[in-house]
Amino acid sequence: MKPAPFGYLAPRSVDETLELMASHGDDAKVIAGGQSLGPLLNLRLATPAMVIDLNRILELAGISAHDGDGLTIGAMTRQHDAETSPAVAAACPLLAEALPYVAHRTIRNRGTIGGSLAHSDPAAELPAVVTAVRAEMVIRSRSGERTIPAEEFFLGYFTAALEPDELLVAVRVPAVPARTTSAWQEFATRSGDYAIVGVAAVIGLDGAGVVDRASIVCSGIADVPRQLSTAQSALVGQEPTSAVIAAAVAAQHTDPPADLVGSSSYRRHLVGVLAQRALEAATERQEGNDDRPTG
Amino acid sequence: MTVQPDEVVVTVTVNGETVRHLVDPRTTAADFLRDGLELTGTHLGCEHGVCGACTVLLDGRSVRSCILYAPQLDGCEVTTVEGLSPVPGELHPIQEAFRECHGLQCGFCTPGFLLTVHEFLSETKGADEDEIREAISGNLCRCTGYQGIVAAVQRADETWQR
Repeated sequence: MKPAPFGYLAPRSVDETLELMASHGDDAKVIAGGQSLGPLLNLRLATPAMVIDLNRILELAGISAHDGDGLTIGAMTRQHDAETSPAVAAACPLLAEALPYVAHRTIRNRGTIGGSLAHSDPAAELPAVVTAVRAEMVIRSRSGERTIPAEEFFLGYFTAALEPDELLVAVRVPAVPARTTSAWQEFATRSGDYAIVGVAAVIGLDGAGVVDRASIVCSGIADVPRQLSTAQSALVGQEPTSAVIAAAVAAQHTDPPADLVGSSSYRRHLVGVLAQRALEAATERQEGNDDRPTG
Repeated sequence: MTVQPDEVVVTVTVNGETVRHLVDPRTTAADFLRDGLELTGTHLGCEHGVCGACTVLLDGRSVRSCILYAPQLDGCEVTTVEGLSPVPGELHPIQEAFRECHGLQCGFCTPGFLLTVHEFLSETKGADEDEIREAISGNLCRCTGYQGIVAAVQRADETWQR
């Protein structure tokens, strides 16, 4: 359990990092919190010649609230800092609710928001959450900055839409629209394990109590965070009663992969149960909160 | 063909003492503490971030030192189990509680538990059993079955003046 030899660079700025990434190319790996890359290095599943450490780059950490217009979360913001941030609780309650499910406190002390997203593990909570809240990923390279929607960022197992010379620098979370609530549900065999299935639900209602927006995004059932688009469409235009939710969820076809912890049919069962619970929880949070964005 | 990477200098304060060492970048922080500084209280179980035995405090926060690398310690403060008690030769109240409540048997996992619990109790008073079990869920013990450890945390919650 000792890593293969690697060189180590600890740049102090994003610009310096981008230069180093461009000059080392595929031989280098950037390390954020290292809570996924560390095990891969120790097990020699990753053997980069050079490790570029982002932990000294102060400009990459921190959360800025945009006065009612959402949040920007720096890529190197520690998961525990986001979990305990009043700004995150106010502007992205789904993220605040899901973060305590990410591994254990000790892992979240070191693990980062950007690192988890760039790692693009489809079993992880954060990719599903940022997809459900329609966040944008802010990506930089030497040639400039670009922004892409979360749903276009996750390309496959452990594969994000990042070129070798590109760095994820921040996530922009839009403001929660009025009468929009959310919930996270997951099932894991032990506290802190990756969930077998997780479900992020966001429900928006119009003035008459009819669904005008539904996002339902699952972890653990595909190579990317999987949106339940049939169920989403079935909910829009309806009052979200338990029966309506059940019918919408039942209409959704999924074809999850099987592994040691769960067969495909067991995962499909979990999707139904957890999506129902998440959508009902999000709907219950609408009670008494008709005029303001809430969680 | 592998080219041996350059060693790097790390200056780190461990248990209040600042040291300067030349390290191979791939050295884990745990190996650096154990082999470089001869602080063998930090234990290595799984060596890939699963078991929690190697937990130390980095700038006051619990981290797993087996998936942290020695160069990353540069400029930081580390507390290991050897630095837990403020009085050399005496046990910290958390350690006393583990002894009194049979919170350890073979003791291999204990240093990691102690530092995890130190962070938890530094921030929390009067936690119930569910909260305690959640707090220690990232640390594995293969002897005690956790009952004694939970009891020790409850005892330390009462006895540790903080």
